[in-house]
Amino acid sequence: MQVLFARHHVRVYRFVLRLVRNEAAAEDLISEVFLDVWRQADRFEGRSTVSTWLLAIARFKALSSLRRKPNEELDEETAATIEDASDTPEVSLQKKDKSAVLRSCLVQLSREHREVIDLVYYHEKSVEEVAEIVGIPQATVKTRMFYARKKLSELLKAAGMDRGWP
Amino acid sequence: MTSNHKLSPGDLEELLPWHAAGTLDSDEAAEVERALATDPELARRFALVREELTETILLNESLGAPSARAMETLFRAIDQDRKVVRRVAAPSVGARVAQFFSPRMLAWSASAAAVIVLLQAGVITRLVMEEGAAPVQAAASATDMPTFETASAPIVTRGLEVDSYALVRFAPQASIADINKFLDDHDAAIVDGPKAGGVYRVRVAHGSLSRQQLARTVKELEADKSIVSFAAPSE
Repeated sequence: MQVLFARHHVRVYRFVLRLVRNEAAAEDLISEVFLDVWRQADRFEGRSTVSTWLLAIARFKALSSLRRKPNEELDEETAATIEDASDTPEVSLQKKDKSAVLRSCLVQLSREHREVIDLVYYHEKSVEEVAEIVGIPQATVKTRMFYARKKLSELLKAAGMDRGWP
Repeated sequence: MTSNHKLSPGDLEELLPWHAAGTLDSDEAAEVERALATDPELARRFALVREELTETILLNESLGAPSARAMETLFRAIDQDRKVVRRVAAPSVGARVAQFFSPRMLAWSASAAAVIVLLQAGVITRLVMEEGAAPVQAAASATDMPTFETASAPIVTRGLEVDSYALVRFAPQASIADINKFLDDHDAAIVDGPKAGGVYRVRVAHGSLSRQQLARTVKELEADKSIVSFAAPSE
């Protein structure tokens, strides 16, 4: 269990943290995720990779947690208006830091869009695996990713960085 | 999907993020590659996708790691679970049950409880072993890449802070021989990893490079797409 935890806890923590946006809550949730794995390891059927299974459990727990504490969780619109400790997209652009602008816009995406972008780009999940983790059809995964990227481009354009797409 | 099936331009564009991440199957990847070679606009859009991929990785890497509290909470809870199993099997509790079960049955219960604990440990071990061979770990395990994983501190510094480093994710199709040759050619060495996301920390130069020099070096590394799928300067 220690090896499993050591191998996956950072990845799972970052995935959960991007969903709940609260470090303490994310730490509590990853403990719960791995405890579930300890208790239900015999239910793992080997049809997916362990990391895919872990991320699916983590997602379920993160969303359940958000539903349990509606008043403590910021809605997407409110969250988007809160200033990050880093520069705003406009300030970053003034500093001509294209990377920082892009990262700032990634933070501003809705939960659904953040989730699919993280799963594809950071967690290296295939269309099939994302569909399994999120619980949606594969075709929906592709269109959701497309619209997440489109929204990202709109945010970049609003920050003064027109990429000429879409 | 087969190689005979021609993807529509819309399909191809939708697959670009997975192509950049190296998670398409070989047929789809080949079809996207062919389209990229003949369609400059698609190639331009693919460059945008690669930018997004780079910044998503850097953003996630900047999130840090959980504190030791998470691990302590977990293993405290597991210990509690084990105690419950032991109590079920203990003679003191069994005394009350003894009215219903024979001593032989009690002994069997204790053995069964112990076996359950062992089975749980066995299944967990299997998960670890299976994951080691899983595609998601391919960059590390399939190529016997050196691993520098620690129990609680994934980012390991080894007193080499004066050198210059990059975060590198190797292309899934790159063999260990290709990667070794690539590292030798660039006088580079893996010093840490794989981290979450299959990213390695690679020493790219002895001594401290300026920001511009490091960016140039990283660009050179990234130029060989058959070996490197992602590279970015690292602290």
